[in-house]
Amino acid sequence: MNAIEASVLTKNFGSFTAVDHISFEVGVGEIFGFLGANGAGKTTAMRMLTGLLKPTSGTGIVAGFDINKESEKVKANIGYMSQRFALYGDLSVAENIRLFGGIYGMDPKLIEEKQTLLLQDLGLSDEKNSLVSRLPLGWKQKLAFSVSIFHSPKIVFLDEPTGGVDPAARRRFWEMIYDAADKGITVFVTTHYMDEAEYCDRVSIMVDGGIEALDSPARMKHHYNVSSMDDVFQMIARKAKRMAD
Amino acid sequence: MLKYLIQKEFLQIKRNSFLPRMILMFPIMILLVLPFAANFEIKNINVAIVDHDQSMLSERLVAKIASSGYFRIAGYRYNDTDALRMVELGTADTILEIPYGFESDLVKGSEPEVLISADTVNGTKGSLGSAYLTSVIQDFSQDLRLESIPQYAKNTIPVVVEPQYRYNTNLSYPDYMVPALMVIGLLLITGFLPALNIVGEKEAGTIESMNVTPVNKFTFILSKLIPYWIIGFSVFTFMMVLAFLFWGLAPTGSLATLYLTAILFVFTISGFGLIISNYANTYQQAMFMMFFFVMIFDFLSGLFTPITSMPEWAKIISYGSPLRYMIDVLRGVYLKGSTIVDVVYDLLPLGILMLTFNVWAILSYRKKS
Amino acid sequence: MHALFAFVKKEFHHILRDKWTLIILLVTPILMLILIGFAMSTEVKGTTFMVVDPSRDASTAEIVEKLSQSVYFSFGGYLRNEGEIDSAFRQGKAGLIVAFPTQFEAERIHDGKAQIAVITDASDPNTAKTLTTYANAIISEWMQNKYTAQDIPLSIGVESRLLYNPAMKGAYNFVPGVLGMILLLICAMMTSISIAREKESGTMEILLASPMKPVAIILAKTIPYFVLSCLNLITSLSMSMFVLGVPVRGSWIALISISLLYIFVALLLGVMISTIANSQLVALLISGMGMMLPVMLLSGMMFPIESMPIVLRLLSHIIPTRWYVSAMRKIMIKGLGFGSIMTEIGVLALMAVIVLVISLKKFKPRLE
Repeated sequence: MNAIEASVLTKNFGSFTAVDHISFEVGVGEIFGFLGANGAGKTTAMRMLTGLLKPTSGTGIVAGFDINKESEKVKANIGYMSQRFALYGDLSVAENIRLFGGIYGMDPKLIEEKQTLLLQDLGLSDEKNSLVSRLPLGWKQKLAFSVSIFHSPKIVFLDEPTGGVDPAARRRFWEMIYDAADKGITVFVTTHYMDEAEYCDRVSIMVDGGIEALDSPARMKHHYNVSSMDDVFQMIARKAKRMAD
Repeated sequence: MLKYLIQKEFLQIKRNSFLPRMILMFPIMILLVLPFAANFEIKNINVAIVDHDQSMLSERLVAKIASSGYFRIAGYRYNDTDALRMVELGTADTILEIPYGFESDLVKGSEPEVLISADTVNGTKGSLGSAYLTSVIQDFSQDLRLESIPQYAKNTIPVVVEPQYRYNTNLSYPDYMVPALMVIGLLLITGFLPALNIVGEKEAGTIESMNVTPVNKFTFILSKLIPYWIIGFSVFTFMMVLAFLFWGLAPTGSLATLYLTAILFVFTISGFGLIISNYANTYQQAMFMMFFFVMIFDFLSGLFTPITSMPEWAKIISYGSPLRYMIDVLRGVYLKGSTIVDVVYDLLPLGILMLTFNVWAILSYRKKS
Repeated sequence: MHALFAFVKKEFHHILRDKWTLIILLVTPILMLILIGFAMSTEVKGTTFMVVDPSRDASTAEIVEKLSQSVYFSFGGYLRNEGEIDSAFRQGKAGLIVAFPTQFEAERIHDGKAQIAVITDASDPNTAKTLTTYANAIISEWMQNKYTAQDIPLSIGVESRLLYNPAMKGAYNFVPGVLGMILLLICAMMTSISIAREKESGTMEILLASPMKPVAIILAKTIPYFVLSCLNLITSLSMSMFVLGVPVRGSWIALISISLLYIFVALLLGVMISTIANSQLVALLISGMGMMLPVMLLSGMMFPIESMPIVLRLLSHIIPTRWYVSAMRKIMIKGLGFGSIMTEIGVLALMAVIVLVISLKKFKPRLE
C-alpha cells in the first residue's frame, strides 16, 4: 500500500486553476521531494493533502484515509512542519513538546519519557526550560522537526524546512530526515535547494499547476542529460508561463 | 486535547511582558481613578464681576456668591468688554454685572436689575450656573428682607415640596459610575483580547498550522475563549472586592443575578469578538473595527449620558449595545436591590443579542473557511 | 532627502494596497463622530413620571396636568400605593414619582400646610437632581398662580444673557470634544501599529541598517498618515458643519493650524508608543485601550475639569486633547482667532517637541 495516492487532484480559485489534475503515488518509507517555482501550486497541493483545503475535484488517499471524507483522521496520522511556523516562541522547549504531544492525544507519561530521550539525542537537555525564541535558528528547526514526528506519524510533511540556515546545518537536518525514514516514516518535502533534491528517493517538479516530471533524481539527470538537479530544474521550469509572485 | 491548548494560552499570557500587568492595572485604574473624573456635577464655576456700583451692598452680594460653594470669583473688571474677554479665554464661565445705583435703588424700594451672562457652549453648565447664581441672589434679597422687615420670617408657604432621593441617598456620583465602569473591564478582557489573539495567530500563520493537527477549529477557538472567560470572571470578582473596599459599595440585590447576567454578557461579547476576528485579517483591521464598536457601545449604552436624553434613533441603536443591559442590571442590583424579576427586561434582549452574535459568528466562520 | 522621499512613497503604497483597511481608516471616524455627536446629551426631557394620589382632588389633578404639559415630563399612570414605588423604579418604568398625601386639598386649605413628595431614582444623582429641580419649579409656579403674588420689597431683578449657544445645543459642546478624541486615538493607533508591524516582521532591521537617520525614518512613517489624517479632518469638519449643524464661527486659519499641530502630536505619540512596544498587540493595547479612557474622561470633552479633584486636574494638563478641545470650542463656537488660542498652541507645540525627543532617544539605533 502507498502512503500517499493523489488522483487527478484539482483546485480552482474562481477562474484560476492553482492545481491542475495532478496524480502521483508516494511509497511507504519513501523520501519524496516536491519541487516547483514559487506560484507553481506546491503549497496548494500540499494544503489539500494535509486536509486544510477541499479539492475542487479529484481524490487523494493519505495514510490510508480519504482526504475528502476523512480529513480529521488524515490529520491525526501526519506530522507537519513549515519554515514559517516552527514552534511557539514564547513557550519553552518542554512546553512545546508537551503541547504538541497532548494535541495528538499522547499519554502524559509517554510524553515525559520520549521527551527525555529526544532532548538527549538533540543535545538540548540543558535547554529544556529555555524559551524557543531564544534558541539559534538551526536548533529551532531541528527541534521543530523532532516535534513534528514526536507522535510517530505515518507521514511527515515538510514545507521548505531548511530555509535560512547554513549548508552544514542543512546536512545535519537531512541526517535527521534519513533517520526518520529508516524508522518507516514517509517524508514529503518541498524545497528550494536543488542539492537537497539530490537526497530524495524520488522528486516531482510542478510547473503551472501540473506535474511536469516525476522520477528518481538519477534517472531525471540521465533523461535530460545533465549533471545536476539544478540543471534539470532550470530546463523544466523554463516552460512556465505563469508569473511567480 | 483542550486541556493542553488552554494550558498553552495561559502560559503565553503569562509570558507576555505587558498583558498580565495590563489585566491587573486596568481594573485598578478604572475603579480607583476614573470615578473621580467621571462626574457631571457642576462645581467651581468661575464668575467675573463687573461692579459699577462699588457699594457696601454690592460687595456683600459678591461675598455671598463667593461663599456659596458653587462659585469662585475669577476677577473684577471695569467693563463688560474686559469681562467678556475672560469668558472668551475660558478664565471665567459667567459674568455678573451689577448696575450703578444698585444700593440706592434697593434702599429706595425700586427694583435694581443685575445682568448674568453665562457661557453656554456647555449648555448644562451654563444654564445650571446661571440658575445657581440667580438663587444665590434671591437668597441675598431674602436675607435683606429678614433683617429689615422681621414679620417676613413668619410667613409660611402652604404647599411644601419635599424631595426624596431613593437608592443613592447621598447623591454620590461615583456610586452610580463604579458599577457601570466594571463592565468596561469585562468587555475588554472577554470580548476583545481573545478576538485580537485569534487575529494574531491568523497574521502569524500559526492558525493554519494548528489546523493541520487533529485540533479542530471549534476546539481551537474554545481554547482561546476559555482562558479569557476565567480571567474575565476573576477580574470581575476582583473589581467587586475593590468597589467594596474602596467605595464601600456592595450589591443590595443578589450576587446570583449579577453573575447570571455577567455570564450572558460575556457570551454575547465573546461572540461579537469572534465575528470581528472572522472579518479581520490583520491586527490593524481588527483593532480599528473593535475600537469603532467599543466607542459606539460605550456612548450608546447609558454609561456616560442617560439613554432617556438621546434622540429617538440613537435610542433604537442603543438596543443593539450589549452594554446597555449589563450596565442597567449592575446599577439596579448594586443600588436598587433589583431582583431577577426586575431585570427580566434586560435579560431577554441580552439573550437575543447573544444568540444573534453567536449564530452570526458561526455562519461567517463557515463562509470564510 | 531622496531616500526619505522613496520611503514615503513605499509607505503610501502599503496603505493604498490594503483597500479594506483604508476604508476602515476613512469611514469609521466619520461614523463615530456622527453617532456619538448626535447621541451625546445630558438634557433631560420627556421623563416618565408616575403618581401616587390617594387624595384625587381638583388640586392634585391640576398639578399632574401641569407636569404632563411640560417638555420635561410625560405622564406614565397612577400607582395604587406607595408600596409600588420600588418596583416601578427597579423595572425602569418611571424616573420620577409624585406622591400626594391622603387629604391634599383639605390640608392645603385648612391647615395651610400640605406636603408633596417628589421621589426620584437617585442612582443617577445628576438626573435625579435635575428632575427634582424641574418638578419643583413647575409645582411652585402652580402655587404662585393659586396665591396671587404680593409686591415683595427689596427684591433684585435678574436678567440672563446666554452667550454663544442660546439654543443650548448639546452638539456645540460635545462635537469638538468627540472630534479631538477620535483624531488622537486614530492617529496614535495608526503610527504605533505600523512601526510595531515592521518590528514584528523584521523589516525594521533593514531600515535601521540603512544610512537613513532615525528622525528621517520617524518622519517617513508619519507623513503618509498625516495626509490620511488630514483627509479625516476635512470629512469630519464637513460632517460636523453640515450634518451636526455645528458652525465654525472663528478663524479658519487658526482652526486648521491647531488641527495640523494636534494631528502631528497624536502621530508622534503613536511613534513613541511603538518604541516601547515590541509587538502589535501591545502597541494596540496601549494606544487604543490604554489611552481611550483617560482621553475620554480627563480631556474635558464630557466631564467638567473644574469639578475634578486637584490631582486629576493637574493630570489633565498632559492630555493633548484637553488643549485641542479647548481651542476648538473657542474657534468653532466662540468665534475667536489666533490671539485667543496662543496658550493651547504653545502647549501642543511643546508636547510635540518632548514626544519627538523621547521617541528619538528610545528609537533604538541597534536592535538587541
